[in-house]
Amino acid sequence: MKHLVVVGNGMVGQRFVEALRSRDTSGEWRVTVLAEEGRAAYDRVRLSAFFDGVSAEELSLHTADDGVDLRLGEPVVRVDRERRVAVTGGGEYPYDALVFATGSYPFVPPVDGADLRGVFVYRTLDDLEAIRDHAKGRRTGAVIGGGLLGLEAANALRLLGLSTHVVEFAPRLMPVQVDEAGGAMLRRYVEELDVKVHTGTGTTAIRPRNDGDFGRQADSRGSVYGLVLSDGSWIQADVVVVAAGIRPRDDVARAAGLDVGERGGILVDTACRTSDERIWAIGECAAVEGRCYGLVAPGYAMAEVVADRLLGGQATFPGADMSTKLKLLGVDVASFGDAHGTAEGCLDVTFTDPATRVYAKLVLSDDAKTLLGGVLVGDASAYPTLRASVGGPLPGPPLALLAPESGGMGTGAGIAALPGSAQVCSCNAVTKDQIVDAIHEGCTDVPAIKACTRAGTSCGSCVPMLKQLLAISGVQMSKALCEHFDHSRQELFEIVRVRGIRTFSQLVTEHGRGRGCDICKPAVASILASLGNGYVLDGEQAALQDTNDHFLANIQRDGTYSVVPRIPGGEITPDKLIVIGEVARDFNLYTKITGGQRIDLFGARVEQLPQIWRRLVDAGFESGHAYGKALRTVKSCVGSTWCRYGVQDSVGLAVALELRYRGLRAPHKIKSAVSGCARECAEARSKDFGIIATDKGWNLYVGGNGGFRPRHADLFASDLSTEDLVRYVDRFLMFYIRTADRLQRTAAWIEAMEGGLDHLRAVIVDDSLGICAELDAAMARHVESYEDEWRATVEDPERMRRFTSFVNAPDTPDPSITFEVERGQPVPAMGERRPVVLGLPTMGVRQ
Amino acid sequence: MTDTLTERWEVICPQQRVEPERGVAALVGGAQVAIFRTYDGGLFAIDNRDPIAGANVMSRGIVGSRGDAPTVASPLHKQVYDLRTGECLDVPGVAVRTYPVRVRDGMVEVGAG
Ligand code: SRM
Ligand SMILES: Cc1cc2nc3c(=O)[nH]c(=O)nc-3n(C[C@H](O)[C@H](O)[C@H](O)COP(=O)(O)OP(=O)(O)OC[C@H]3O[C@@H](n4cnc5c(N)ncnc54)[C@H](O)[C@@H]3O)c2cc1C
Ligand code: SF4
Ligand code: FES
Repeated sequence: MKHLVVVGNGMVGQRFVEALRSRDTSGEWRVTVLAEEGRAAYDRVRLSAFFDGVSAEELSLHTADDGVDLRLGEPVVRVDRERRVAVTGGGEYPYDALVFATGSYPFVPPVDGADLRGVFVYRTLDDLEAIRDHAKGRRTGAVIGGGLLGLEAANALRLLGLSTHVVEFAPRLMPVQVDEAGGAMLRRYVEELDVKVHTGTGTTAIRPRNDGDFGRQADSRGSVYGLVLSDGSWIQADVVVVAAGIRPRDDVARAAGLDVGERGGILVDTACRTSDERIWAIGECAAVEGRCYGLVAPGYAMAEVVADRLLGGQATFPGADMSTKLKLLGVDVASFGDAHGTAEGCLDVTFTDPATRVYAKLVLSDDAKTLLGGVLVGDASAYPTLRASVGGPLPGPPLALLAPESGGMGTGAGIAALPGSAQVCSCNAVTKDQIVDAIHEGCTDVPAIKACTRAGTSCGSCVPMLKQLLAISGVQMSKALCEHFDHSRQELFEIVRVRGIRTFSQLVTEHGRGRGCDICKPAVASILASLGNGYVLDGEQAALQDTNDHFLANIQRDGTYSVVPRIPGGEITPDKLIVIGEVARDFNLYTKITGGQRIDLFGARVEQLPQIWRRLVDAGFESGHAYGKALRTVKSCVGSTWCRYGVQDSVGLAVALELRYRGLRAPHKIKSAVSGCARECAEARSKDFGIIATDKGWNLYVGGNGGFRPRHADLFASDLSTEDLVRYVDRFLMFYIRTADRLQRTAAWIEAMEGGLDHLRAVIVDDSLGICAELDAAMARHVESYEDEWRATVEDPERMRRFTSFVNAPDTPDPSITFEVERGQPVPAMGERRPVVLGLPTMGVRQ
Repeated sequence: MTDTLTERWEVICPQQRVEPERGVAALVGGAQVAIFRTYDGGLFAIDNRDPIAGANVMSRGIVGSRGDAPTVASPLHKQVYDLRTGECLDVPGVAVRTYPVRVRDGMVEVGAG
C-alpha cells in the first residue's frame, strides 16, 4: 500500500480526500492528513454565518473515515524531498505522494501598529472567535479593505454591534469584481446598513490608545484606538480587521526547493503536478501554469484532477470560470466573463435603476453580437442565463435581459421600452422623461443634455443611454465643436499640430466653414497658444481671444477689469506688497485677497490697464493669467521651513511649479497646490494636480477641483522624487492639453477617459502610447519660450494702442463707469441694479 | 442704413485701427458706438451697450458668423447679435440699435444724424 500525505485540511484538501477515498475502491492509498488548524475542515465560504449564530459544528465539512489518519494542530514545518518525508513538530511522515492544500494567508500591509491588540485578520474560525471576544463591550470597528472579504468582515462587525467603517484604497468597493458604477450602487447598499465607506484612501498607520498627540510614535503593545488614513483623516476603532487580500501559502514548498509562480503559489502544470513528480498542489496555494485562483470552485476542480491522476487517470485542470455570485450583506452581486471589458473595442450596455436599486452591465463584442461578460448588482436573477451565454450570441435584447422582472420592460425594444419614470442617470436622479423633454426642447448632443439636466455629469455611466435616447429621438449625434467645425477639440488639436497650421483662417478655410464664433475661436486660440505660437495677441490671434485674453485682464459686470499679478506659491516680500498697495491706492482700485493666495485689484478701466501694469512690471510682477484658460495658482502651505509638522519644503516646490507652468494655455484653467505634510493645509486634493509631502518625497494627486461639482483628486503616484514628480506633471498637463474637450477640467477629463486613472498612469509612467518623448519636448519648449505677456505689452507701443476706451477719444474715460464707496473701497455704482444683500445692514458690524 | 438717410457723418479713425474680426468703441455725439470689421472687409456699427448686462462692452466681443449672418457675441454673457440688424439671435425680442457706417478717404465714418 502506498502512502499519501495531504498537507492542509481546508475546503479543497477535504474535498480531495473525499474524492480520492470514494474512488480508491481497491485501497491503493493509505492517507495521512496533517492539519495546522485545531479543527477539522469547515465551510470557509460560509464563515461569516458564524456571526449569524451558525455554530462551528454546523459549518463542519468533516466526515468520519477510518481510512484517513487526520492529525489536527500538527502543521508541516518541512518537506525533505530526498528522504521523502513530511516533518511536523510531532514526527516524520514518509510519503509516496504528497499533496499541498495549504490555502492562503491573509496579507497584512506593513503599516505601523498592525501588531496591536485588537487588530485581526479574517480567515479562520479562530480569527472569528477572537474578534467576537475582543469586541465585547466595545463600540467602534474598522475594516481595512473593501473587497469581497472586507465587506463580509464589515457586516460581521456590524452584527457585533460596532459602528463600522470600511477603508478601501481603490476608488470603489469590490474593485476586482465590479466596475465603477456597480461599485457606486454597492456603496449605497452598504452605506444604508450604516457602514461608513472611505474609498480612494489607504491606511497609513494603526494607532494605540494613550498615544496622546496624533502623529506620535506608537507603542505597539497597546490596544488599537484607530486608523490614520492617507488623506490625513482619523477613524476611531476599537476593533480593526485587515482584509487587504490573500497570498498563497507556498512557504513550506518553497523551502523544499519546489518551483513557485512569478507572483507566488506553488507552480504546477495542468495536471496539478509540481516540479517534483511525486508532489502535487491544489486549491488556493497552487499556481496552475502560474495563475492562482482565490475561489473554492477552481480548487474543487483541481482536487478532482489529482484524485484521478493518483489512480492512474489523465484528467487535466480545465481552466476556471472566475464568475462569482455572492450574497453580500443581503445584496446580490455577480460578475462574470470579461466583466471589466478588457477586450479590444468591446461595448458596454448599462442599466441603472435606483428605484429597484439594480445596476447591471453587459460587455459585448465590438459588433454587439457576442456576450463577453458582465456585472450585476442588486438583482442577479439574470446571472444564470447570462453566464451561460458568455462567448455566444445574446439570448435577447440587452436591456430586456438586464431589466428586473418587476421593471415591466417587456420583451425587447431596449431603452425605447423603458418607462418614462425610469431613472437613466442615477447619480443625479434624472429620469428618461426629463431627458426626452430636454431633447425636445433643443438639446441635440450629450454636452447640452448634461448642461440642461445634469445627467451624465457624475460617473458618466449613463452617457451611453443618453446617446441612445438622442438616437431614438432622431437626433444625429455629433462631436462637432460648433457650427463651424465638425471636429472635436482633440481632433482640431491634432490637425493643427500635425499640419503645422498657424492661423485660424487657414484652419477654418481648410477644415471648417463660416467665420467662427465665441466657442471655436477661443478654443483654437488656446490650441495655437499651447503649441507655442508666441504672444497671444499678435496678428490674427488677437481676434480669436475672449475679451479677457484680449485685454489680458478679467472683465467685470460694469465693463471694468480686474488685475491679478502673479504671486508664485502665495509667497511675497513686504516691498512687493507695498507696491501693490500703492498701485491700488493711486488708481483707486478695490482690493481683495483672493481664494488663490494672491491679490485682486478691481475697477480698472481699459486705458488704465497698461499704466497699472507698467508700475507692476517695473516692480518685478508679471501676469497672473487670472484671465486665461491657463495655469492659475500653485497654492502652498508654510511647509518644513516654519511649520513644526512639515516634512518637505512645500513653498519652494509650489514656487518652482508655478514658474514652470505659468502661461501654459490649456482647455480649461489649471490649479495646483502643495502641502508640506498629510495635514494638507494647502487643500492640494481639490486641485487639478495636487502634491502632498511624505517622509520619502511627494505624493501626486490628479483630477481634483472645487467649483460646481467638487471632486477630490485621486492618488496618482506615491513617494516620488522631485525629478519624477515634475516629469509626471509635465506629461499629465501636456496629455491633458492635447486630448481634453473644450472647457473640460482635468477631473471631467479623467472621468471620461476610457480606462480612467489606470490608463492615464500607463500613458504617463509606462509610455504605453509611445508619446512621452513628444510630451516632454512640448513642455520643454513651453518652459523655454515663456515670456510675460504684460511685459511684452507695455514694452511695445503698437500693442499698447489697443488699450483705449474710445478709438476717437483716447483720453476720455468711459463716462458710464462710476463708483460708490462701500466699506471704505470703490465698488461699481449700480443704483437700482445693485443686488440686494439680505439682512446685512442689521448685522451690527463695527467697521 | 443707407447713406442717403444720413446727413451728418462723424469721422472716427483710420480704417486700419479697426482690426479684422475685432471691434472698437467710439463716442459719437455722446453715444457709445461699437464698430466692427468682418473678415471680408464689411463694416458694422451698433450700440456699445449690452442691453442685457447694461454695461458698455459690446465692442470687446468676438466677431464671427452664424449661418450667413455676421455676428458679435457679448463678452459678458455671450449672447450673439446679428451685426446687420442688431437683433439678438439667442434671446428673442432683444436687439441693439445699428448705425450707418462707411469708409471715406481711408477714414471710418459713422452716421450721427
Ligand atoms: C477672485 C476669485 C474669488 C476671490 O475673490 O477669491 C475668483 C473669481 C472668479 N472666478 Fe473663481 N475665483 C477665485 C478662486 C476660485 C476657486 C478657489 C481656488 O482657486 O482655490 C475656485 C474653486 C476651485 C476650482 O477652480 O476648482 C473657483 C471656481 C471658479 C469656477 C468654477 C470652475 C469649475 O470647474 O467648476 C469658475 C468658472 C470657470 O472658470 O469657468 C470661476 C470663475 C471665476 C471668474 C473668472 C468669473 C469670471 O469669468 O468673471 C471670477 C473673476 C475673477 C476676476 O478677477 O475678475 N471660478 N474660483 C478667486 C481668484 C483666485 C486667484 O487668485 O486666481
Ligand atoms: C470569509 C470568507 C468568505 C469566502 N467566500 C467565498 C465565496 O463566496 N466564494 C468562493 O468561491 N470562495 C470564498 N472564499 C474563499 C474560499 O474559502 C477558499 O477559496 C477555499 O477555502 C480554498 O480552499 P483551500 O483548501 O485551498 O484553502 P483553505 O480553506 O484556506 O485551507 C487551507 C488549510 O491548510 C492549512 N495549512 C496551511 N499551511 C499548512 C501546513 N504547513 N501544514 C498543515 N496545514 C497547513 C490552513 O491552516 C488551512 O486550514 C471565502 C473565504 C473567506 C475567508
Ligand atoms: S463664486 Fe461666483 S461670484 Fe464669487 S468670485 Fe467666483 S464666480 Fe464670481
Ligand atoms: S448615472 Fe452617473 S452620471 Fe449619470
